[in-house]
Amino acid sequence: MRVAAMARAVICTLALMACVECAWAQKAAIPRTSDGKPDLSGIWQALSTANWNLEPHTAVQGPLETLGAIGAVAPGIGVVEGGKIPYLASALPQRDANRARRRTEDPEAKCFMPGVPRATYLPYPLQIVQSDTGIMIVYEFAGAVRTIAMKKHTEAPVDSWMGFSNGHWEGDTLVVEVTGLNANWLDRSGNYASEARRVTERYTLTDADHIRYEATIDDSSVFSRPWTLRLPLYRRVEPGARLMDFRCVEFAEELMYGDLRKPGTRKSDASTGK
Amino acid sequence: MIVNRATSLRLVATSLLLLAAVDTVGAAEQYKAPRTSWGDPLIEGVYTNNTNVPFERPAKLGDKAFYTEQEYAARKNAPAVVETTTNPTDVHYQTADFDLDPEQNPMVRNPRTSILTQPANGRMPPLRADAQRRSDAARAAQQAHAFDSAQNRPLQERCLLWAHEGPPLRPVGYNTLVQLAQTRGYVVLMTEMIHDARVIPLAKSRPDFGGLKRWQGNSWGRWEGDTLVIETTGFSDQVTPRGSGVPMGPEGKVIEKITRTGPKSIRYEFTVSDPSLWDVPWGGEFPMELTDQPLFEYACHEGNYGLPNTLRGIRKEEQTSSRKPR
Repeated sequence: MRVAAMARAVICTLALMACVECAWAQKAAIPRTSDGKPDLSGIWQALSTANWNLEPHTAVQGPLETLGAIGAVAPGIGVVEGGKIPYLASALPQRDANRARRRTEDPEAKCFMPGVPRATYLPYPLQIVQSDTGIMIVYEFAGAVRTIAMKKHTEAPVDSWMGFSNGHWEGDTLVVEVTGLNANWLDRSGNYASEARRVTERYTLTDADHIRYEATIDDSSVFSRPWTLRLPLYRRVEPGARLMDFRCVEFAEELMYGDLRKPGTRKSDASTGK
Repeated sequence: MIVNRATSLRLVATSLLLLAAVDTVGAAEQYKAPRTSWGDPLIEGVYTNNTNVPFERPAKLGDKAFYTEQEYAARKNAPAVVETTTNPTDVHYQTADFDLDPEQNPMVRNPRTSILTQPANGRMPPLRADAQRRSDAARAAQQAHAFDSAQNRPLQERCLLWAHEGPPLRPVGYNTLVQLAQTRGYVVLMTEMIHDARVIPLAKSRPDFGGLKRWQGNSWGRWEGDTLVIETTGFSDQVTPRGSGVPMGPEGKVIEKITRTGPKSIRYEFTVSDPSLWDVPWGGEFPMELTDQPLFEYACHEGNYGLPNTLRGIRKEEQTSSRKPR
Protein backbone atom coordinates (compact mmCIF):
# COMPACT_ATOMS: atom_id res chain seq x y z
CA MET A 1 0.00 0.00 0.00
CA ARG A 2 2.81 2.36 0.93
CA VAL A 3 4.47 1.78 -2.46
CA ALA A 4 1.19 2.37 -4.23
CA ALA A 5 0.63 5.58 -2.29
CA MET A 6 4.11 6.76 -3.10
CA ALA A 7 3.56 5.98 -6.77
CA ARG A 8 0.32 7.95 -6.73
CA ALA A 9 2.11 10.89 -5.11
CA VAL A 10 4.82 10.82 -7.76
CA ILE A 11 2.28 10.61 -10.53
CA CYS A 12 0.32 13.52 -9.02
CA THR A 13 3.48 15.59 -8.68
CA LEU A 14 4.45 14.90 -12.29
CA ALA A 15 0.94 15.78 -13.44
CA LEU A 16 1.05 19.02 -11.44
CA MET A 17 4.42 19.89 -12.94
CA ALA A 18 3.03 19.20 -16.38
CA CYS A 19 0.08 21.50 -15.64
CA VAL A 20 2.40 24.29 -14.49
CA GLU A 21 4.50 23.81 -17.63
CA CYS A 22 1.33 23.88 -19.66
CA ALA A 23 0.11 27.06 -17.97
CA TRP A 24 3.52 28.68 -18.49
CA ALA A 25 3.47 27.74 -22.11
CA GLN A 26 -0.02 29.24 -22.45
CA LYS A 27 1.08 32.43 -20.73
CA ALA A 28 3.97 32.78 -23.11
CA ALA A 29 1.76 32.21 -26.15
CA ILE A 30 1.93 35.59 -27.82
CA PRO A 31 1.73 36.30 -31.53
CA ARG A 32 5.11 36.45 -33.20
CA THR A 33 6.44 37.54 -36.55
CA SER A 34 8.29 35.19 -38.84
CA ASP A 35 11.61 36.24 -37.28
CA GLY A 36 10.36 35.33 -33.82
CA LYS A 37 9.80 38.86 -32.53
CA PRO A 38 6.56 39.64 -30.67
CA ASP A 39 3.92 40.84 -33.15
CA LEU A 40 2.30 43.95 -31.71
CA SER A 41 0.09 44.49 -34.74
CA GLY A 42 -3.50 45.22 -33.90
CA ILE A 43 -5.93 47.78 -32.59
CA TRP A 44 -5.32 48.70 -28.95
CA GLN A 45 -6.81 51.04 -26.41
CA ALA A 46 -6.16 52.10 -22.84
CA LEU A 47 -8.97 51.51 -20.35
CA SER A 48 -8.01 54.14 -17.85
CA THR A 49 -8.75 57.63 -16.56
CA ALA A 50 -5.07 58.54 -16.93
CA ASN A 51 -5.98 61.18 -19.50
CA TRP A 52 -8.00 63.02 -16.83
CA ASN A 53 -5.11 62.89 -14.38
CA LEU A 54 -2.02 60.70 -14.33
CA GLU A 55 -1.85 60.85 -10.55
CA PRO A 56 -4.33 59.13 -8.20
CA HIS A 57 -7.48 61.25 -8.06
CA THR A 58 -11.03 61.18 -6.85
CA ALA A 59 -13.99 62.23 -8.95
CA VAL A 60 -14.38 66.00 -9.15
CA GLN A 61 -16.31 68.56 -11.15
CA GLY A 62 -15.07 68.76 -14.73
CA PRO A 63 -13.92 71.87 -16.58
CA LEU A 64 -17.43 72.68 -17.82
CA GLU A 65 -20.08 72.25 -15.15
CA THR A 66 -22.93 72.93 -17.55
CA LEU A 67 -22.31 69.44 -18.95
CA GLY A 68 -23.45 67.96 -15.64
CA ALA A 69 -22.19 64.50 -14.78
CA ILE A 70 -21.18 63.94 -18.41
CA GLY A 71 -18.32 66.38 -17.93
CA ALA A 72 -17.20 65.16 -14.51
CA VAL A 73 -13.65 63.96 -13.93
CA ALA A 74 -13.84 60.19 -13.51
CA PRO A 75 -11.79 58.83 -10.60
CA GLY A 76 -8.63 56.83 -11.07
CA ILE A 77 -5.99 54.96 -9.06
CA GLY A 78 -3.24 56.67 -11.03
CA VAL A 79 -0.62 55.30 -13.40
CA VAL A 80 2.53 56.98 -12.06
CA GLU A 81 5.07 54.75 -10.38
CA GLY A 82 5.12 55.90 -6.75
CA GLY A 83 1.93 57.91 -7.24
CA LYS A 84 3.31 61.44 -7.59
CA ILE A 85 4.99 63.16 -10.49
CA PRO A 86 8.30 64.54 -9.13
CA TYR A 87 7.95 68.17 -10.20
CA LEU A 88 10.66 70.69 -9.44
CA ALA A 89 9.25 73.31 -7.10
CA SER A 90 9.87 75.88 -9.81
CA ALA A 91 7.78 73.92 -12.30
CA LEU A 92 4.64 73.45 -10.22
CA PRO A 93 3.14 76.92 -10.78
CA GLN A 94 2.96 76.17 -14.50
CA ARG A 95 1.05 72.96 -13.82
CA ASP A 96 -1.39 74.85 -11.63
CA ALA A 97 -1.81 77.60 -14.20
CA ASN A 98 -2.48 74.99 -16.86
CA ARG A 99 -5.07 73.36 -14.63
CA ALA A 100 -6.87 76.63 -14.01
CA ARG A 101 -7.19 77.25 -17.78
CA ARG A 102 -7.72 73.69 -18.92
CA ARG A 103 -11.11 74.27 -20.57
CA THR A 104 -9.59 76.51 -23.20
CA GLU A 105 -5.86 75.78 -23.12
CA ASP A 106 -5.58 71.99 -23.03
CA PRO A 107 -4.07 71.04 -26.41
CA GLU A 108 -6.56 68.17 -26.52
CA ALA A 109 -9.41 70.70 -26.50
CA LYS A 110 -7.74 72.43 -29.44
CA CYS A 111 -7.31 69.14 -31.29
CA PHE A 112 -3.53 69.44 -31.33
CA MET A 113 -1.52 66.27 -31.78
CA PRO A 114 -1.07 64.79 -28.31
CA GLY A 115 2.60 63.83 -28.39
CA VAL A 116 4.14 60.90 -26.56
CA PRO A 117 3.12 59.34 -24.23
CA ARG A 118 -0.30 61.04 -24.05
CA ALA A 119 -1.37 59.66 -27.43
CA THR A 120 -1.27 56.19 -25.92
CA TYR A 121 -3.79 56.72 -23.12
CA LEU A 122 -6.22 59.11 -24.76
CA PRO A 123 -9.68 57.51 -24.77
CA TYR A 124 -9.33 56.60 -28.45
CA PRO A 125 -7.88 53.49 -30.07
CA LEU A 126 -4.56 53.25 -31.84
CA GLN A 127 -3.39 50.76 -34.44
CA ILE A 128 0.09 49.27 -34.51
CA VAL A 129 1.22 48.30 -37.99
CA GLN A 130 4.31 46.12 -37.64
CA SER A 131 6.11 45.14 -40.80
CA ASP A 132 9.36 43.35 -41.50
CA THR A 133 11.35 46.56 -41.35
CA GLY A 134 9.54 49.10 -39.21
CA ILE A 135 6.57 49.93 -37.06
CA MET A 136 3.94 52.58 -37.65
CA ILE A 137 1.44 53.66 -35.02
CA VAL A 138 -1.75 55.30 -36.25
CA TYR A 139 -3.87 57.09 -33.65
CA GLU A 140 -7.55 57.79 -34.05
CA PHE A 141 -7.26 61.14 -32.28
CA ALA A 142 -6.46 64.04 -34.60
CA GLY A 143 -4.99 61.77 -37.27
CA ALA A 144 -1.75 61.58 -35.31
CA VAL A 145 0.72 59.06 -36.70
CA ARG A 146 4.35 58.18 -36.17
CA THR A 147 6.89 55.79 -37.59
CA ILE A 148 9.30 53.93 -35.32
CA ALA A 149 12.59 53.42 -37.10
CA MET A 150 13.89 49.95 -36.25
CA LYS A 151 16.90 49.81 -38.56
CA LYS A 152 18.04 53.27 -39.58
CA HIS A 153 17.99 55.32 -36.41
CA THR A 154 17.76 59.06 -36.94
CA GLU A 155 18.21 61.96 -34.58
CA ALA A 156 15.32 64.41 -34.58
CA PRO A 157 16.38 67.27 -36.88
CA VAL A 158 13.65 69.53 -35.52
CA ASP A 159 11.00 69.36 -32.81
CA SER A 160 7.56 68.09 -33.77
CA TRP A 161 4.32 67.14 -32.07
CA MET A 162 4.83 63.37 -32.26
CA GLY A 163 8.62 63.48 -32.13
CA PHE A 164 11.18 61.16 -33.70
CA SER A 165 11.06 57.53 -32.60
CA ASN A 166 13.90 54.99 -32.73
CA GLY A 167 13.13 51.46 -31.61
CA HIS A 168 14.93 48.26 -30.70
CA TRP A 169 14.08 44.97 -29.04
CA GLU A 170 15.25 44.04 -25.56
CA GLY A 171 14.20 40.41 -25.38
CA ASP A 172 10.44 40.44 -25.99
CA THR A 173 10.07 44.15 -25.17
CA LEU A 174 9.94 46.86 -27.81
CA VAL A 175 11.89 49.83 -26.49
CA VAL A 176 11.32 53.17 -28.21
CA GLU A 177 13.39 56.28 -27.59
CA VAL A 178 11.41 59.40 -28.45
CA THR A 179 13.08 62.79 -28.82
CA GLY A 180 12.38 66.05 -30.58
CA LEU A 181 8.96 66.46 -28.97
CA ASN A 182 7.30 69.85 -28.64
CA ALA A 183 6.38 70.94 -25.13
CA ASN A 184 2.95 69.51 -24.43
CA TRP A 185 0.43 68.60 -21.78
CA LEU A 186 0.36 65.07 -20.41
CA ASP A 187 -3.28 65.01 -19.28
CA ARG A 188 -6.39 67.16 -18.80
CA SER A 189 -5.18 68.24 -15.34
CA GLY A 190 -2.40 70.40 -16.68
CA ASN A 191 0.48 68.00 -16.03
CA TYR A 192 3.08 68.81 -18.65
CA ALA A 193 6.59 68.28 -19.96
CA SER A 194 8.93 70.54 -21.84
CA GLU A 195 10.50 70.24 -25.27
CA ALA A 196 13.67 69.02 -23.55
CA ARG A 197 12.13 65.71 -22.57
CA ARG A 198 13.28 62.29 -23.66
CA VAL A 199 10.66 59.59 -23.45
CA THR A 200 11.57 55.92 -23.30
CA GLU A 201 8.61 53.67 -24.06
CA ARG A 202 8.45 49.96 -23.42
CA TYR A 203 5.81 47.77 -25.08
CA THR A 204 5.56 44.18 -23.78
CA LEU A 205 2.90 41.69 -24.82
CA THR A 206 1.84 39.90 -21.63
CA ASP A 207 -0.49 37.65 -23.61
CA ALA A 208 -2.13 37.77 -27.01
CA ASP A 209 -4.54 40.57 -26.06
CA HIS A 210 -2.66 42.76 -23.57
CA ILE A 211 0.34 45.05 -23.79
CA ARG A 212 2.13 46.31 -20.71
CA TYR A 213 2.95 49.91 -21.64
CA GLU A 214 5.55 51.93 -19.79
CA ALA A 215 6.90 55.38 -20.48
CA THR A 216 9.80 56.94 -18.62
CA ILE A 217 10.00 60.72 -18.91
CA ASP A 218 13.36 62.37 -18.43
CA ASP A 219 13.06 66.16 -18.35
CA SER A 220 15.35 67.86 -15.89
CA SER A 221 13.86 71.28 -16.61
CA VAL A 222 10.52 70.22 -15.12
CA PHE A 223 11.14 67.12 -12.96
CA SER A 224 13.62 66.35 -10.18
CA ARG A 225 14.27 62.86 -11.59
CA PRO A 226 13.11 60.62 -14.44
CA TRP A 227 9.74 59.03 -13.65
CA THR A 228 7.67 56.24 -15.12
CA LEU A 229 4.00 55.74 -15.91
CA ARG A 230 2.63 52.29 -16.56
CA LEU A 231 -0.72 50.97 -17.75
CA PRO A 232 -2.12 48.08 -19.77
CA LEU A 233 -3.37 48.39 -23.33
CA TYR A 234 -6.22 46.13 -24.34
CA ARG A 235 -6.72 44.63 -27.77
CA ARG A 236 -9.99 45.69 -29.41
CA VAL A 237 -11.37 42.24 -30.10
CA GLU A 238 -14.88 42.99 -31.33
CA PRO A 239 -15.63 41.94 -34.93
CA GLY A 240 -15.19 44.83 -37.32
CA ALA A 241 -13.05 46.82 -34.88
CA ARG A 242 -11.27 49.57 -36.79
CA LEU A 243 -10.00 53.09 -36.38
CA MET A 244 -12.74 55.56 -37.16
CA ASP A 245 -12.47 59.23 -38.16
CA PHE A 246 -11.89 61.65 -35.34
CA ARG A 247 -10.79 64.74 -37.25
CA CYS A 248 -11.41 66.86 -34.24
CA VAL A 249 -10.52 70.17 -35.89
CA GLU A 250 -14.17 70.75 -36.69
CA PHE A 251 -15.03 70.36 -33.00
CA ALA A 252 -12.32 72.81 -31.91
CA GLU A 253 -13.05 75.63 -34.35
CA GLU A 254 -15.72 77.37 -32.30
CA LEU A 255 -13.47 77.26 -29.23
CA MET A 256 -10.47 78.59 -31.14
CA TYR A 257 -12.00 80.91 -33.70
CA GLY A 258 -15.49 81.61 -32.39
CA ASP A 259 -14.54 85.18 -31.47
CA LEU A 260 -13.76 85.80 -35.15
CA ARG A 261 -17.21 84.78 -36.33
CA LYS A 262 -19.19 87.45 -38.18
CA PRO A 263 -21.39 89.27 -35.67
CA GLY A 264 -24.96 88.09 -35.77
CA THR A 265 -24.21 84.68 -37.24
CA ARG A 266 -24.56 81.49 -35.32
CA LYS A 267 -22.94 78.13 -35.94
CA SER A 268 -26.24 76.72 -37.15
CA ASP A 269 -26.35 79.43 -39.83
CA ALA A 270 -23.00 78.43 -41.25
CA SER A 271 -24.03 75.47 -43.28
CA THR A 272 -22.39 76.32 -46.56
CA GLY A 273 -18.75 75.70 -45.84
CA LYS A 274 -19.24 72.17 -44.73
CA MET B 1 -1.05 35.19 -101.56
CA ILE B 2 2.28 34.24 -103.06
CA VAL B 3 5.21 34.56 -100.73
CA ASN B 4 8.71 34.06 -102.02
CA ARG B 5 11.61 32.83 -99.87
CA ALA B 6 13.11 36.29 -99.23
CA THR B 7 9.75 37.68 -98.20
CA SER B 8 9.14 34.84 -95.81
CA LEU B 9 12.58 35.31 -94.25
CA ARG B 10 11.79 39.00 -93.76
CA LEU B 11 8.44 38.08 -92.23
CA VAL B 12 10.09 35.63 -89.83
CA ALA B 13 12.74 38.17 -88.87
CA THR B 14 10.11 40.87 -88.36
CA SER B 15 8.01 38.51 -86.25
CA LEU B 16 11.02 37.62 -84.10
CA LEU B 17 11.82 41.31 -83.63
CA LEU B 18 8.21 42.01 -82.70
CA LEU B 19 8.22 39.12 -80.25
CA ALA B 20 11.44 40.43 -78.73
CA ALA B 21 9.92 43.89 -78.39
CA VAL B 22 6.79 42.51 -76.77
CA ASP B 23 9.01 40.48 -74.49
CA THR B 24 10.92 43.57 -73.40
CA VAL B 25 7.69 45.38 -72.56
CA GLY B 26 6.49 42.23 -70.84
CA ALA B 27 9.62 42.08 -68.70
CA ALA B 28 9.07 45.63 -67.49
CA GLU B 29 5.41 44.92 -66.85
CA GLN B 30 6.14 41.67 -65.11
CA TYR B 31 8.71 42.93 -62.65
CA LYS B 32 8.54 40.44 -59.84
CA ALA B 33 8.25 42.36 -56.63
CA PRO B 34 10.05 41.03 -53.57
CA ARG B 35 7.77 39.59 -50.94
CA THR B 36 6.97 40.38 -47.34
CA SER B 37 7.64 37.59 -44.87
CA TRP B 38 3.96 36.64 -45.13
CA GLY B 39 4.06 36.48 -48.92
CA ASP B 40 2.46 39.73 -50.13
CA PRO B 41 4.25 41.83 -52.77
CA LEU B 42 6.46 44.33 -50.98
CA ILE B 43 5.41 47.94 -51.63
CA GLU B 44 6.41 49.45 -48.28
CA GLY B 45 8.49 52.60 -48.23
CA VAL B 46 8.51 56.37 -48.55
CA TYR B 47 7.84 57.56 -52.10
CA THR B 48 7.76 60.89 -53.88
CA ASN B 49 5.40 61.77 -56.70
CA ASN B 50 6.96 65.16 -57.42
CA THR B 51 6.10 65.99 -61.00
CA ASN B 52 5.56 68.78 -63.48
CA VAL B 53 2.94 66.81 -65.38
CA PRO B 54 -0.37 68.67 -65.05
CA PHE B 55 -3.44 66.83 -63.84
CA GLU B 56 -5.38 67.79 -66.96
CA ARG B 57 -3.78 67.86 -70.39
CA PRO B 58 -3.41 71.21 -72.14
CA ALA B 59 -6.32 71.29 -74.62
CA LYS B 60 -4.03 72.03 -77.57
CA LEU B 61 -2.43 68.57 -77.19
CA GLY B 62 -5.69 66.77 -77.95
CA ASP B 63 -5.31 63.01 -77.54
CA LYS B 64 -1.49 63.10 -77.46
CA ALA B 65 -0.77 61.11 -74.31
CA PHE B 66 3.07 61.18 -74.33
CA TYR B 67 5.77 63.70 -75.14
CA THR B 68 8.53 62.65 -77.49
CA GLU B 69 11.98 62.28 -75.97
CA GLN B 70 12.98 65.67 -77.34
CA GLU B 71 9.83 67.34 -76.04
CA TYR B 72 10.27 65.71 -72.67
CA ALA B 73 13.88 66.82 -72.42
CA ALA B 74 12.85 70.37 -73.29
CA ARG B 75 10.29 70.62 -70.49
CA LYS B 76 11.72 68.43 -67.80
CA ASN B 77 12.87 71.45 -65.81
CA ALA B 78 9.49 73.13 -65.96
CA PRO B 79 8.13 74.02 -62.54
CA ALA B 80 6.32 71.43 -60.52
CA VAL B 81 2.57 71.63 -60.57
CA VAL B 82 1.43 73.28 -57.39
CA GLU B 83 -2.18 72.38 -57.28
CA THR B 84 -3.15 72.95 -53.71
CA THR B 85 -6.44 74.60 -54.32
CA THR B 86 -9.11 75.15 -56.90
CA ASN B 87 -10.07 78.47 -55.35
CA PRO B 88 -8.87 81.18 -57.76
CA THR B 89 -8.92 83.83 -55.01
CA ASP B 90 -6.27 82.06 -52.95
CA VAL B 91 -2.79 83.51 -52.93
CA HIS B 92 0.03 81.03 -52.67
CA TYR B 93 3.53 81.47 -51.37
CA GLN B 94 6.75 81.15 -53.34
CA THR B 95 7.80 77.50 -53.23
CA ALA B 96 11.45 78.45 -53.73
CA ASP B 97 11.41 80.05 -50.27
CA PHE B 98 11.00 76.59 -48.84
CA ASP B 99 13.47 74.67 -51.02
CA LEU B 100 10.56 73.26 -52.95
CA ASP B 101 11.34 74.32 -56.50
CA PRO B 102 12.02 71.61 -59.08
CA GLU B 103 15.76 72.09 -59.08
CA GLN B 104 15.66 71.77 -55.30
CA ASN B 105 13.81 68.47 -55.38
CA PRO B 106 14.11 65.44 -57.62
CA MET B 107 11.31 64.99 -60.13
CA VAL B 108 9.93 61.57 -61.00
CA ARG B 109 10.41 60.78 -64.68
CA ASN B 110 7.04 60.77 -66.43
CA PRO B 111 6.77 61.50 -70.16
CA ARG B 112 2.97 61.70 -70.03
CA THR B 113 1.26 64.92 -71.02
CA SER B 114 -1.30 64.64 -68.20
CA ILE B 115 -2.02 62.62 -65.09
CA LEU B 116 -5.53 62.03 -66.43
CA THR B 117 -5.59 59.32 -69.08
CA GLN B 118 -9.31 58.64 -69.17
CA PRO B 119 -11.15 60.16 -71.05
CA ALA B 120 -8.67 59.96 -73.92
CA ASN B 121 -8.30 63.75 -74.16
CA GLY B 122 -6.88 63.80 -70.64
CA ARG B 123 -9.44 66.32 -69.42
CA MET B 124 -12.16 66.09 -66.83
CA PRO B 125 -15.51 65.09 -68.27
CA PRO B 126 -18.25 67.69 -67.79
CA LEU B 127 -20.60 67.34 -64.88
CA ARG B 128 -24.08 66.09 -65.70
CA ALA B 129 -26.47 69.01 -66.20
CA ASP B 130 -28.36 68.39 -62.95
CA ALA B 131 -25.10 68.01 -61.02
CA GLN B 132 -23.84 71.26 -62.56
CA ARG B 133 -26.94 73.07 -61.35
CA ARG B 134 -26.42 71.73 -57.82
CA SER B 135 -22.75 72.64 -58.02
CA ASP B 136 -23.50 76.22 -59.10
CA ALA B 137 -26.02 76.62 -56.29
CA ALA B 138 -23.59 75.23 -53.70
CA ARG B 139 -20.84 77.55 -54.89
CA ALA B 140 -23.11 80.59 -54.82
CA ALA B 141 -24.24 79.74 -51.28
CA GLN B 142 -20.64 79.24 -50.17
CA GLN B 143 -19.48 82.50 -51.67
CA ALA B 144 -22.34 84.44 -50.07
CA HIS B 145 -21.03 83.50 -46.65
CA ALA B 146 -17.41 82.71 -47.49
CA PHE B 147 -15.90 84.65 -44.57
CA ASP B 148 -18.61 84.38 -41.94
CA SER B 149 -16.72 81.89 -39.79
CA ALA B 150 -14.05 79.20 -39.81
CA GLN B 151 -16.69 76.66 -40.72
CA ASN B 152 -17.38 78.53 -43.97
CA ARG B 153 -13.82 78.23 -45.23
CA PRO B 154 -12.66 75.40 -47.54
CA LEU B 155 -11.73 72.08 -45.92
CA GLN B 156 -8.03 72.37 -46.62
CA GLU B 157 -7.84 75.91 -45.25
CA ARG B 158 -9.33 74.42 -42.07
CA CYS B 159 -6.77 71.57 -42.13
CA LEU B 160 -9.51 68.97 -42.28
CA LEU B 161 -8.66 67.32 -45.58
CA TRP B 162 -6.52 68.33 -48.51
CA ALA B 163 -7.86 67.57 -51.96
CA HIS B 164 -4.70 65.81 -53.19
CA GLU B 165 -4.96 63.20 -50.42
CA GLY B 166 -7.96 61.67 -52.14
CA PRO B 167 -8.70 59.01 -52.83
CA PRO B 168 -7.71 59.31 -55.55
CA LEU B 169 -4.25 60.46 -54.57
CA ARG B 170 -2.82 63.25 -56.72
CA PRO B 171 0.63 64.80 -57.07
CA VAL B 172 0.59 68.11 -55.23
CA GLY B 173 3.81 69.90 -56.16
CA TYR B 174 5.43 70.13 -52.74
CA ASN B 175 5.51 67.98 -49.62
CA THR B 176 5.01 65.19 -52.10
CA LEU B 177 5.96 62.22 -49.95
CA VAL B 178 3.68 59.25 -49.55
CA GLN B 179 4.45 56.48 -47.07
CA LEU B 180 3.19 52.95 -47.56
CA ALA B 181 3.30 50.57 -44.60
CA GLN B 182 2.34 46.91 -44.64
CA THR B 183 1.43 44.33 -42.10
CA ARG B 184 -0.46 41.07 -42.37
CA GLY B 185 -4.02 42.03 -43.39
CA TYR B 186 -3.49 45.79 -43.76
CA VAL B 187 -1.82 48.39 -45.94
CA VAL B 188 -1.50 51.98 -44.72
CA LEU B 189 -1.23 54.87 -47.16
CA MET B 190 -0.03 58.03 -45.45
CA THR B 191 0.36 61.38 -47.16
CA GLU B 192 3.00 63.76 -45.81
CA MET B 193 0.58 66.64 -46.21
CA ILE B 194 -1.46 66.57 -43.96
CA HIS B 195 -0.34 63.42 -42.13
CA ASP B 196 -3.48 61.44 -42.93
CA ALA B 197 -2.96 57.70 -42.63
CA ARG B 198 -5.57 55.66 -44.48
CA VAL B 199 -5.63 52.20 -42.92
CA ILE B 200 -6.80 49.80 -45.62
CA PRO B 201 -7.94 46.33 -44.55
CA LEU B 202 -7.17 43.52 -47.00
CA ALA B 203 -10.03 41.09 -47.62
CA LYS B 204 -11.51 38.74 -50.20
CA SER B 205 -14.74 40.71 -50.34
CA ARG B 206 -15.95 44.10 -49.18
CA PRO B 207 -16.04 44.26 -45.39
CA ASP B 208 -19.18 45.51 -43.67
CA PHE B 209 -18.54 49.17 -42.89
CA GLY B 210 -21.90 49.57 -41.19
CA GLY B 211 -23.16 52.14 -43.69
CA LEU B 212 -21.00 54.83 -42.10
CA LYS B 213 -19.38 57.49 -44.22
CA ARG B 214 -15.82 58.72 -43.78
CA TRP B 215 -13.82 61.73 -44.89
CA GLN B 216 -11.71 59.57 -47.20
CA GLY B 217 -14.39 56.95 -47.69
CA ASN B 218 -14.30 53.32 -46.61
CA SER B 219 -11.37 51.64 -48.33
CA TRP B 220 -10.60 47.95 -48.59
CA GLY B 221 -8.03 46.16 -50.68
CA ARG B 222 -7.09 42.89 -52.27
CA TRP B 223 -4.12 41.59 -54.20
CA GLU B 224 -4.69 40.75 -57.86
CA GLY B 225 -1.38 39.16 -58.76
CA ASP B 226 1.25 41.75 -57.88
CA THR B 227 -1.22 44.64 -57.96
CA LEU B 228 -2.92 45.98 -54.88
CA VAL B 229 -6.48 46.94 -55.82
CA ILE B 230 -8.21 49.32 -53.42
CA GLU B 231 -11.91 50.05 -53.62
CA THR B 232 -13.38 53.03 -51.79
CA THR B 233 -17.00 54.05 -51.32
CA GLY B 234 -18.99 55.92 -48.68
CA PHE B 235 -17.44 59.39 -48.74
CA SER B 236 -18.47 62.10 -46.30
CA ASP B 237 -21.01 64.60 -47.63
CA GLN B 238 -18.53 67.32 -46.68
CA VAL B 239 -16.10 66.09 -49.34
CA THR B 240 -16.57 67.07 -52.95
CA PRO B 241 -14.61 65.33 -55.68
CA ARG B 242 -12.44 67.39 -57.97
CA GLY B 243 -14.21 70.32 -59.56
CA SER B 244 -17.69 69.10 -58.66
CA GLY B 245 -18.57 71.30 -55.72
CA VAL B 246 -21.07 68.68 -54.57
CA PRO B 247 -20.63 65.37 -52.76
CA MET B 248 -20.61 61.96 -54.37
CA GLY B 249 -23.85 60.05 -54.75
CA PRO B 250 -24.53 56.62 -53.26
CA GLU B 251 -22.92 54.85 -56.23
CA GLY B 252 -19.77 56.94 -56.18
CA LYS B 253 -16.65 54.81 -56.19
CA VAL B 254 -12.86 55.13 -56.48
CA ILE B 255 -10.67 52.25 -57.60
CA GLU B 256 -6.93 52.56 -57.02
CA LYS B 257 -4.22 50.18 -58.18
CA ILE B 258 -0.69 50.09 -56.84
CA THR B 259 1.90 47.99 -58.65
CA ARG B 260 5.59 47.80 -58.00
CA THR B 261 7.32 48.33 -61.33
CA GLY B 262 10.95 48.17 -60.33
CA PRO B 263 13.37 48.09 -57.40
CA LYS B 264 12.58 51.72 -56.58
CA SER B 265 9.34 52.50 -58.33
CA ILE B 266 5.62 51.91 -58.17
CA ARG B 267 2.76 52.82 -60.46
CA TYR B 268 -0.38 54.37 -59.02
CA GLU B 269 -3.57 54.12 -61.11
CA PHE B 270 -7.03 55.38 -60.30
CA THR B 271 -10.56 55.41 -61.69
CA VAL B 272 -13.42 57.51 -60.35
CA SER B 273 -17.03 56.82 -61.20
CA ASP B 274 -20.28 58.32 -60.01
CA PRO B 275 -23.35 58.21 -62.25
CA SER B 276 -24.91 61.05 -60.27
CA LEU B 277 -22.09 63.41 -61.27
CA TRP B 278 -20.55 62.24 -64.57
CA ASP B 279 -21.80 60.21 -67.52
CA VAL B 280 -18.40 58.57 -67.89
CA PRO B 281 -15.71 57.51 -65.40
CA TRP B 282 -12.40 59.35 -65.30
CA GLY B 283 -8.99 58.21 -64.22
CA GLY B 284 -5.29 58.26 -64.71
CA GLU B 285 -1.93 57.15 -63.42
CA PHE B 286 1.47 58.39 -62.30
CA PRO B 287 4.72 56.86 -61.11
CA MET B 288 6.20 57.23 -57.65
CA GLU B 289 9.81 56.62 -56.63
CA LEU B 290 11.33 55.47 -53.39
CA THR B 291 13.23 58.20 -51.63
CA ASP B 292 15.70 58.48 -48.78
CA GLN B 293 14.31 61.88 -47.86
CA PRO B 294 12.99 62.06 -44.32
CA LEU B 295 9.27 62.49 -44.01
CA PHE B 296 8.49 65.36 -41.66
CA GLU B 297 5.36 65.90 -39.67
CA TYR B 298 3.10 68.35 -41.48
CA ALA B 299 1.24 69.81 -38.50
CA CYS B 300 -1.35 71.74 -40.47
CA HIS B 301 -3.92 72.64 -37.83
CA GLU B 302 -1.41 73.26 -35.06
CA GLY B 303 0.34 75.86 -37.20
CA ASN B 304 -2.73 77.29 -38.86
CA TYR B 305 -2.26 81.03 -38.50
CA GLY B 306 -3.74 81.68 -41.94
CA LEU B 307 -7.32 80.84 -41.03
CA PRO B 308 -7.70 83.07 -37.95
CA ASN B 309 -5.72 85.86 -39.58
CA THR B 310 -7.99 85.76 -42.63
CA LEU B 311 -11.08 86.04 -40.44
CA ARG B 312 -9.43 88.68 -38.27
CA GLY B 313 -8.65 90.73 -41.35
CA ILE B 314 -12.19 90.47 -42.64
CA ARG B 315 -13.67 91.48 -39.28
CA LYS B 316 -11.29 94.43 -39.13
CA GLU B 317 -12.23 95.43 -42.63
CA GLU B 318 -15.90 95.28 -41.73
CA GLN B 319 -15.29 97.57 -38.78
CA THR B 320 -13.25 100.13 -40.67
CA SER B 321 -14.74 100.01 -44.14
CA SER B 322 -17.58 102.28 -45.11
CA ARG B 323 -18.85 99.42 -47.25
CA LYS B 324 -21.48 97.10 -45.94
CA PRO B 325 -20.17 93.94 -44.28
CA ARG B 326 -19.53 91.09 -46.69
